Amino acid sequence: MMKNNPYLPVSAPITKITKETDIDYTFRLACDIKPQNGQFLEVSIPRVGEAPISISDFGDGYIDMTIRRVGKLTNDIHELKVGDKLFIRGPYGNGFPLEQYKGKHLIIAAGGTGLAPVKSIINYFYKNIDELKRFDLLIGFKSPKDVLFEDEINKWKEKINVTLTVDKGDENWEGNTGLITKYVPDIKIDNMKDTEVIIVGPPIMMKFTSMEFLKLNVPEKKIWVSFERKMSCGIGKCGHCKIDETYVCLEGPVFNYTKAKDLID
Amino acid sequence: MGYQLLNKDFNDILNQLKSEYKIYGPKRFENKGRFSDTDVIGYGEIDKLEDIVLDEKTYFSPKEIIYPIRQTLFYFTEDEVKVPDAPEDKVIVFLRPCDINGIKRLDTIFLENGPYKDVYYERLREKVKFFMIECTEGFDSCFCVSMNSNKTHDYAVAIRFNEENVLIDLKDRDLLEYFENYGKAEEFTPEYIKENKAKVSIPYPEKVTNEMFEHEVWQEYTRRCIGCGRCNTSCITCSCFTMQDVYYDANKKVGERRRVWASCQIDVFTNMAGGHGFREKQGQRMRFKTMHKINDFYKRFGFHMCVGCGRCDDVCPEYISFSKCINKLYSIVEEGNNDEK
Ligand code: SF4
Ligand code: SF4
Ligand code: FES
Repeated sequence: MMKNNPYLPVSAPITKITKETDIDYTFRLACDIKPQNGQFLEVSIPRVGEAPISISDFGDGYIDMTIRRVGKLTNDIHELKVGDKLFIRGPYGNGFPLEQYKGKHLIIAAGGTGLAPVKSIINYFYKNIDELKRFDLLIGFKSPKDVLFEDEINKWKEKINVTLTVDKGDENWEGNTGLITKYVPDIKIDNMKDTEVIIVGPPIMMKFTSMEFLKLNVPEKKIWVSFERKMSCGIGKCGHCKIDETYVCLEGPVFNYTKAKDLID
Repeated sequence: MGYQLLNKDFNDILNQLKSEYKIYGPKRFENKGRFSDTDVIGYGEIDKLEDIVLDEKTYFSPKEIIYPIRQTLFYFTEDEVKVPDAPEDKVIVFLRPCDINGIKRLDTIFLENGPYKDVYYERLREKVKFFMIECTEGFDSCFCVSMNSNKTHDYAVAIRFNEENVLIDLKDRDLLEYFENYGKAEEFTPEYIKENKAKVSIPYPEKVTNEMFEHEVWQEYTRRCIGCGRCNTSCITCSCFTMQDVYYDANKKVGERRRVWASCQIDVFTNMAGGHGFREKQGQRMRFKTMHKINDFYKRFGFHMCVGCGRCDDVCPEYISFSKCINKLYSIVEEGNNDEK
């Protein structure tokens, strides 16, 4: 077998499956990968396909990935049981600069499945809340049935200022409604210099949410986003993730806003 | 080392080389052309000098010799992953300077971009020796001189084809044993084309601002380009691919993972699982391709990706000219000329 073959996946057994919603399941894999927060893996079922999936959480000997059923591969992944294997390679991409957030007022705005790539950061600071001055978390979903990680969100509320909203509620929904952007102006920011903002979600959500924070005079360099692209290889060869001279799989998926604003598809 | 060899001696040498090498060159494929009863010139194995077509440009580039259209990365059985063995044959390719320079661009992506080498590319690439066809005339659509890719010294052998004989500059000492018993010693230094019929001026990368992205010049391509992707498949420097899994049996137990060439001009290039894509309009895709070829790649590596082989112009069913597109950009960026021409 070829040595140093970067395309070669390794198998990892599924040790736990959590149904978050009808179409989003979290898979826990036993493996020794020590990723940075915000990195992704290429995940595959041999003979079916491979796709980039962001790591939603990790710990000693495991990683979690929240996978939405959207096509052939993810449909098949959802059929798997505990004890079955997924094939993985990675981790790839950069991550969020966690160290830079310590000691600051951290604001995370996550829309929909965009919550997955920042979940490990939320959990890190939930456990180490003393390392932040203040922590505001804005989470938005389309509707009540799309809410991910509900138990954890409730747990986070103990220590974090969580605002959970859905675009549109239903008869049983008693919480906030409306887009995330609506709740941005409510956040109290005392000192811009000591503030860091992470925004992750669909492209349009990231665009308008960034604009809201800029209106509050948050400097561009204090805003961080994470891009989702078709990343076929993850290692700078296939060209699918390229925007201008930037390869999202190499220089991203996490970008500072000063760079992200100039990336035009 | 320079030699003059009679054509028949050169053919003798080719014959002997064939025991050790697969030999590829530009040759005629009858009735495979765009229109019925026309031929296409492409790359294939050749036996003798007379097989090599010199008076027409190849429709496809030689890239598939080192970067196949479809390449198996692994075979999967139920519990085994197997990497296919590398082909054993060493390879000789007859090609022009622009294409040798084009392969440098492929080397850059596959061997230098990102933290890993692409081992599948590398194991084919390291088997290849270039037999450079001296090129002093070019063809109508070539603009290699403007792209600075009309010259190269990276060859095993350079050849000038005369009526009765060939002149050889032999650089690769491994091949000496094949040549030294033939012909007579004669100094030979290949010449290179100095001026093409087509010329381009490339806007200075720093001057291409984001405003250029929104410019109306791209709309023309939204109207004209049909997104067939031929410009990509014929290009010596287009390197993009998509990973693809297939199974051979009904219960999905046996199959393979492979990569296949991908085209940035085609609909699904950016589509993610679930269907969301970027750059929906052909004009945006043309802009993306153009920028990659004469701007983005340069910013990463310090030289342009496009080598000016002109094949994208030759193969486009809509007669879209890439060299004209570059010149239009130049006139907009450098001369502030905003009229649509
Ligand atoms: S972009 Fe066109 S001219 Fe440039 S290398 Fe590719 S096919 Fe040749
Ligand atoms: S060959 Fe011409 S029509 Fe086809 S994708 Fe390229 S530019 Fe468009
Ligand atoms: S995912 Fe293939 S180049 Fe980035």
